[in-house]
This record gives sequence, C-alpha cells and structure tokens, in this order.
Amino acid sequence: MSEEKTPDQEAGLLAGSCPLPLTNYKEIVLAHGSGGKLSQQLIQKVVLQQFRNEFLEPLHDGAIFTVGGARLAFSTDSYVVNPIFFPGGDIGKLAVHGTVNDLAMCGARPLHLSVGFILEEGLPMDEFHHVVQSMQEAANEAGVTLVTGDTKVVDRGKADKIFINTSGIGQVRDGVVIDPKRARPGDKIIVSGYIAVHGIAIMSVREGLEFETEIASDTAPLNGLVDAIFATGKKVHVLRDLTRGGLTSAVTEIAQSAHVGVLLNEASIPISEEVKGACEILGLDPLYVANEGKLVAIVPSNHAEEILSAMRSHPLGQHAAIIGEVTSDHPGLVLMKTRIGGSRVVDMLSGEQLPRIC
Amino acid sequence: MKYLDEYRNEEMARKIVSEIRRIITRPWVLMEVCGGQTHTIVKYGIDHLLPDKVELVHGPGCPVCVTSLEMIDKAHTIAQRPDVIFCSFGDMLRVPGSEFDLLVLKSRGADVRVVYSPLDCLKIAKANPDKKVVFFAIGFETTAPGNAMVVWQARRQGIKNFSLLVSHVLVPPAMESILKSPLNRVQGFLGPGHVCTVVGYKEYEPIAERYHVPIVVTGFEPMDLLEGILMTIRQLEAGTAVVENQYPRIVKREGNPAAQELVKKVFEVCDRKWRGVGSIPQSGFRLREEFHEHDAESIFAVGKINTQEPSICISGLVLQGVKKPHDCPAFGKQCTPEHPLGATMVSAEGACAAYYAYGRHLQAEKKALHPV
Repeated sequence: MSEEKTPDQEAGLLAGSCPLPLTNYKEIVLAHGSGGKLSQQLIQKVVLQQFRNEFLEPLHDGAIFTVGGARLAFSTDSYVVNPIFFPGGDIGKLAVHGTVNDLAMCGARPLHLSVGFILEEGLPMDEFHHVVQSMQEAANEAGVTLVTGDTKVVDRGKADKIFINTSGIGQVRDGVVIDPKRARPGDKIIVSGYIAVHGIAIMSVREGLEFETEIASDTAPLNGLVDAIFATGKKVHVLRDLTRGGLTSAVTEIAQSAHVGVLLNEASIPISEEVKGACEILGLDPLYVANEGKLVAIVPSNHAEEILSAMRSHPLGQHAAIIGEVTSDHPGLVLMKTRIGGSRVVDMLSGEQLPRIC
Repeated sequence: MKYLDEYRNEEMARKIVSEIRRIITRPWVLMEVCGGQTHTIVKYGIDHLLPDKVELVHGPGCPVCVTSLEMIDKAHTIAQRPDVIFCSFGDMLRVPGSEFDLLVLKSRGADVRVVYSPLDCLKIAKANPDKKVVFFAIGFETTAPGNAMVVWQARRQGIKNFSLLVSHVLVPPAMESILKSPLNRVQGFLGPGHVCTVVGYKEYEPIAERYHVPIVVTGFEPMDLLEGILMTIRQLEAGTAVVENQYPRIVKREGNPAAQELVKKVFEVCDRKWRGVGSIPQSGFRLREEFHEHDAESIFAVGKINTQEPSICISGLVLQGVKKPHDCPAFGKQCTPEHPLGATMVSAEGACAAYYAYGRHLQAEKKALHPV
C-alpha cells in the first residue's frame, strides 16, 4: 500500500485481475496455516489449481475411491506443535488421532497408518522414544496398525524438535455416503462435546497460564464414537472433525460446500467453564479455537434425537448437544442467534486469531 | 460463568430494550467511544435489537486503528534490525505500514513476538542480553500504567537493553475534536469504561457541560452496553447533559490514583497524529526526558520517518462517527481484513473490521437478521 497509488490502481491491484496467485502476500505467512480464509485461498488457488481431480475436489477430510470392489478412504495430515508434550497428550498421539479421525469422518473404519518423522538434530532420544511409544498406544486404542514409515534428520534449527506426517487408509462402511455436500435444509447439527479445549490447553502451556484446574487437551480417536453413531442404524449426512480453525471453519466449509445456510444457537454450544474463563482472559473467541477430539454430525431432523442419545452414552460424547440447523435461507452463510437474542454472521477468520489489546 | 453470564442474559436484554422503546420519542445518535464496545455491539447483534430511532456510530477508541502510519513504519524499521527483538500486543501484527505488516517481517526472519503483558518484555530482555528488546507501547489511558510500569521497572532493575516505542493516545481530546467538528452528529456518548477505570471520569464532566452532551461511562458486556444506551437516551429525552457511571463495579469517579501517579512520573502529554484523523494537539503521551535511554525513537534514530496516509478510505470519517463502514464503496470489496486499506479495518476492534467479521458485508444477512 503506497501513497502514490490512486484508489483505482489500488482497487485494480487488489481485485485480483492479474495472475498473481494469492493475496498480496509475496511469501507464506503463518496465517496461511491457520485453517481460516488464507489457508482456504492457498489450497484453492495454488494447490487445487495444479492437482485438481475428482477425488481431491470435494476437499473432504479424506479421499474416497474404489479398489477391487472395496470402497477405501485415504487421508494424510502433518503435525507440528509447540510444546510437543502438553497436558492431555503429545505430538505422537495427535498424529495418530488426527488421521484416524479424518478417516472416521469419511464414514470409514480406519485400518492402517504410515508415519514419517522429521527430526531435528539434538532432539533428546528419550523424548523421541516417548513420542513413538505414545503413538503405539494411540494406535492400539484406535485399533489401527502403523504399517510403514520413514525417518529423516535435519540440522539443528531447520525443524522444531519433531515434525510428524501420518497417512492412513480405511474401509468405508457399506452403503454409507458421508459428504459435506449432503447437508440438507432441516438437518440438525450436533457437536460431540465441549469445544475449544485443545487450543486452550496448548495456549495455557505456551503462555505459562495457570488455572485452578488444569485444562488438558481433548485429543482422542473418534472412530469409536462414529461406530456408536452408525450403530443406531440412523442416517448421517455429514461428519466433520473440528481441528484448527475451530467450529466456525468446519461449519462454514460445510455451508459453502453444500450451498446451504446454517443457523447456530450460541446458548446451546457446549463450552466448559474453564475454557470460557481462559478465553475471556486471553481475549479469544472459542468458536475459532482448535479442537482435536470433537466432531460435528449433520443428520436428518427426525433422526437427531436418537443419534444424540447414542453419542451421549459414549464416553467421548457425554456433552454432545444439538447446536443448530441447516436452512435453505442464506446459502453459504453461517448465522448465529446470540446469547442475548441478537443475530450475527459467523465467518471464518482471515488469519490467525490474535489476542486483542483491550 | 459467574460475573459473565449475568451480563449476557437474553431476558434482561429484552427488558432493557423494551424500556428503551417505551421512553424514546425521537431519533438520537449515540457514539460508543471504545473499539471493545463496538465489538460487543456487533458480536451480539445489539444494534439490531434496538428501535430504529437509536443510531449507534462508532468512535475513535481503537488504539490499534488510530496508531499513525508513520509510527507503524518506525516500528517496522526497528523490527527489521537483526539486533532487535520486537514485542507487541497481538493485533498490532497485522496492521499494514507503507510496505508490509509485522507478520510479513516475521516471515522474513525478524524476531517479532506477541506478549500479553509488557512486563514479559523484561524477562525477554534479561534472557537475551545481546539483543535490544523493544515494546510497541500503543493504547489509550488504559494501557498507559502497564507501559509506564515496565519502563519504571527497567530503570529500577538496571535493564539497559529494553526500550519503548511510544504511541499513546488520549480519549478526551479526541472526543472534543469530534464535538467541535462542523460534521458532528453525535448527541450522546457511551464513555470509555476501561479508560475511566484508570483516570476516573472527572475530566469528562467539563466536556459534558461545555458541549451539552450526556456521557455515560459504560462497560463492555452486552448488558452494560444496553444499560448505557438506556441511560444516555433517558438523559437525551430529559434534556440533561451530565456524566453518569453505568460501570460502577469497576469505575470510580477518581479512577486509580496509584496508576495515575506512575503514568505522570513516566509520561508527559504531547501532540499526536491519529491515523485517519490527523494531528490532534495535546492528545498523546511520550516518555519524559529522564527516561530517554528507554525511548526507542531516539535510540534507533527513527524520529525523522515521515509518512503520509493513503487518501483512499473514509476511516477518518468513520472514526469520527460521520460515516458508517458500509458507507464506504471499498468496504468488503477492495478493503477486507486480508487487505485493509485503512485504519478501521486493520484491528479486530476497528469498526470496519467488526462489521466485516460479523458479516455485515454479506448481503444475505439483511433478510435473515431476525431468525426464529
């Protein structure tokens, strides 16, 4: 933004008529990885531009395709987190849970995982050992096997202790089609429990904040909860695990992809007292804070109560709640009835959520 | 959650709104001074609950927005130095200067860190004796005591490698500049609750009297805002113009004398440029001469940097309550939080950013504003 430009030049520059792939960021900034609008732009304008194909295009949690008559789900995710050990988990657990959950959100039973480690020179051996052990425990819990892997070491300072990539395959249940595009007006939106827990757990360690009760990450494998949902025999249109970008990004992406509106009810969104308090102190909106062990299920209205009660009888769904519904009004937009009876749009953040000054 | 849920209560909101409807007889224009108040209004949809006769315009009280472009360029010049660790409140990172923002500098290798308290900078300075640690001290009277304390502590503890880049601003001169303007439409103010926590509200009394304008010192929760609006309209309807305190659970008339004392020891009043508005006499703080060894502007010799605002956006008029964000043709189009063209879009607290974040640029909302 320089002062010599006329408004027209400025507008032309920013309207994106030129072939510049992104925004006016000439380099990657952290916000490109925040799960908000810049992440979306990066994927749409750079990645999808090159890789475009029918399996990738739905931008679901994983790709679904048929091999020799079997419908398979395939998903990958990379994990970078500081600190690598935090209350409630560590980077190893996250790496297994994340991919297991992505597969589960495709309606699949997760089967096998691969793992790639990028290790920074100087990482204490016992820390690496701890991470690997923790991954095996997580795999046992989720009923998956780590079947192939790779290890690379880079110079000190070229990575932050340890980066992990996991990919996984799973078999999609017979007759099950889970797709963000299937959200239909009238469907109910169920969230599986307290939101924003993981992000606040990480942040409280990073900021050295101490609360009366420790906030531990909610990282967990969700395939068991998904089993419980399907065991009801009821219909499920969409499953989505909440990760970075929080509840907002997940719901907005679904609304955009299915061209439907979403109406949330702020008062019914489950948030624990500890997390509410931490968000107030940190100046953050829990709707945008990361989760690792929560999902939203979008289900036909007449099946919602049964699915909800099945979720509530599972240990990972005790605090599940119906938080809103899909509408035919305002397609692509998420509106929320606020706690005091007003209304507002809930939109993805453009970058990272930054703490406000006052 | 205790002490919060009480102030976010739907039934109470309905009661206050119906009382406002009952007493209002004609249109009134109210300005909420603080960015935090604007944020609450839009986040909770308060303006949509109010009768049409109440028009809320948004004030200049977003410290990130009003920090002048040249001060941001100074910050960027300093932050780019390899010997500097540049510390800032979070939302300052996305504010564009003439060329880039702090996030971009960070991606290019500058050591830029977000702190929650300026005192964290002293820990950083002690841990990095070979670096110069600079804190970007922006804000109104609210953040001045914390920023004064960090300089005070740096001197007491003999921490030489710490300095402040000071761009403090003061609320009363800005309010007066709005009231003096021939374009002024504001008839009543929701006063700045947190500023008054520090300085009290005695200095607002002459303003209320001189300009015959009611000022109700107001908090930041939805019930605070609604009650502040009700109190202001009561005064307007009755023709009174005094300072009232809606926020007594926090604010005292005399404020916090210990904080004021410290601020006086460290800072002195000076003229200050406001982004989008221009220079306002006696509207800021700078470090007193005796603290010059902690003054980043002189240490890094950036005093001469002089930048002109781009004349594209109407943020100056928005900050003065003359225009609303959606009056701007660029709003939500060329100007978004990803590409802010002006002051009020850059910080989450800015009126344009608040309108944008809560979807006021999205056409469909109008239709769906009153769901169920």
